[in-house]
Amino acid sequence: MNIFKLIITSYRNLAVNKLRTGLAVLGIIIGIGSVIALVSLGQASQQAVQSQIQSLGSNLLTVSPGSQTSGGVRGAAGGRTTLTYDDAKAIESSSKITTVKQVSPVYSSRGQVIAGKSNTNTQIYGVTANYASVRQITLASGSFITARDVASNTKVAVLGPTVVDDLFDGNTNIIGQEIRISGQSFKIIGITSSKGGSGMTNQDDMIFVPLSTAQKQLFGVKYLSSIYLEAKSSDVMIRAQNQVGYLLLSRHKISSPASADFTIMSQQDILNTVSQVSGTFTALLSGVAAISLLVGGIGIMNIMLVTVTERTREIGLRKALGAKKKVIIMQFLIESVILTFTGGLIGIIFGVGGFYVYTKIASSTFVISLSSVFLAFAVSTGIGIIFGWYPARKAASLQPIEALRYE
Amino acid sequence: METVALSDISLTIYKGEFVAIMGPSGSGKSTLMHILGALDQPTSGKYILDGETVEKLTEDELADIRNRKIGFVFQAYNLLPRTTALDNVMLPMSYAGVSDQEQKDRALRFLELVGLQDRVHHSSNQLSGGQQQRVAIARALVMDPAILLADEATGNISSAQADEIMGIFQKLNDKGHTIIMITHEPDIAHFAKRIIYIKDGKIGEDILNKEQKKI
Repeated sequence: MNIFKLIITSYRNLAVNKLRTGLAVLGIIIGIGSVIALVSLGQASQQAVQSQIQSLGSNLLTVSPGSQTSGGVRGAAGGRTTLTYDDAKAIESSSKITTVKQVSPVYSSRGQVIAGKSNTNTQIYGVTANYASVRQITLASGSFITARDVASNTKVAVLGPTVVDDLFDGNTNIIGQEIRISGQSFKIIGITSSKGGSGMTNQDDMIFVPLSTAQKQLFGVKYLSSIYLEAKSSDVMIRAQNQVGYLLLSRHKISSPASADFTIMSQQDILNTVSQVSGTFTALLSGVAAISLLVGGIGIMNIMLVTVTERTREIGLRKALGAKKKVIIMQFLIESVILTFTGGLIGIIFGVGGFYVYTKIASSTFVISLSSVFLAFAVSTGIGIIFGWYPARKAASLQPIEALRYE
Repeated sequence: METVALSDISLTIYKGEFVAIMGPSGSGKSTLMHILGALDQPTSGKYILDGETVEKLTEDELADIRNRKIGFVFQAYNLLPRTTALDNVMLPMSYAGVSDQEQKDRALRFLELVGLQDRVHHSSNQLSGGQQQRVAIARALVMDPAILLADEATGNISSAQADEIMGIFQKLNDKGHTIIMITHEPDIAHFAKRIIYIKDGKIGEDILNKEQKKI
């Protein structure tokens, strides 16, 4: 019996109970639809975060105080004050460091900023002149912090566009005006151009001041929050990581890298961490969706079992007329695969459609990976085979005598 | 304890015979029909059908024997619902791997033989009981089986239609088809040339029917 005929026969059988068939398919539609929508959502947010991190600057290494938690050994709790400006200068001047192009020490903390009657709470960055080139900051107007500003503790500030919005209602004609940070007045010398991002990763909601001014006059600290390093090329990232690591270890008089009181992360490391987090998130969502798919599959199995019972006499007749086990199995498997495949097809349409609507509402990028669509087809077909197998076997193993007598 | 349905049955049916097997319910005639129809196998003993020993076969091998050697006509017709007469008749051939065109040609020929040439595309639920049974006979004949096995084939239809069916059987028998008919109605049994009575699992009487009714 050829497969084409089996498909037509199966389709006719399914068309008899339209409502029942529809409800069974609905389970698969919901399952596949939610898998597609949620996986796409996860992938899209992962991509968005990745592109943001990438925009922070290439060849970038970040030295942060505090030890890594790997190996279960954590540095002393007070270890977050271990990085100093001298460390940064040593990295810059050491003859052993051949792979680092620029060094940018940073001290940052939150602070209250007032301009006239407006005020805002934002992140204050104490930086040196080369921060702009290391972190790829461009200016919309004015100029950035200079080496002279750092040398002479000037009270100048460069504002991020979000801060300008908050304090001056977006009026960018403010170069030369004064703002007050922690009660001290600073002259605005520049405004950075927007880099985008939101929430935790907002790169526009910040104010830059000279590092020395931030350390001595604003916050009264001697340590750094981080040191940004620009490697000479992306090929020497690991060497740069090692060179800087050993220099800092010897400066801090630490013998074993495992007990280091600092961490050096490349953009790739940060990317990996973020990918891991959003990957877990995606996996969690997909897991929930997969459960609904499983429930849908059980629905298919249930319907197929009912169908087999209803059609006991027909199965008996087919066997009496010479149908072999394989043919009966094929017929019922094809029926369940038609159910799940149709469900998968409609589910993909709904899932992609739902995700498209989401991207329109959340104004994020609409990307559907072809592989997830193919996977959805494969999974829905697989579910048809897996959950159709038992009912099909049951049908094929009916005894023709019993089946023909069945009322 | 085992229930013995049939014992000590020794029976030969030759090519071209028209046999009626009679007996009250519980006599074992259904079991005999199941064995003759290769739907079941005897616990001991031999059944040789058209030169092939039907013994210790797998389910699929039995299915193959039924497909090639036996044409079934059931009491309840057992046509596929919502399926045309033509498709119903083509069904056994599809399991035998006959080409589509030949399936159609043969099905049309046998539907004409049972007088349903103008009902070919009617679906089974649009046909009367007698017509459905004629479709079933056409279906039983398309594989050119060694025996046509009718199990209470006239049990569900009116006596006028039953006579029509018997007429078809006699016509087929005249052409050389071997027909075995299970029935509990003496009227129907008298259309056969030979009548075998089964009682308590044994052959009671095996007589040549000298007063065969003719249509």
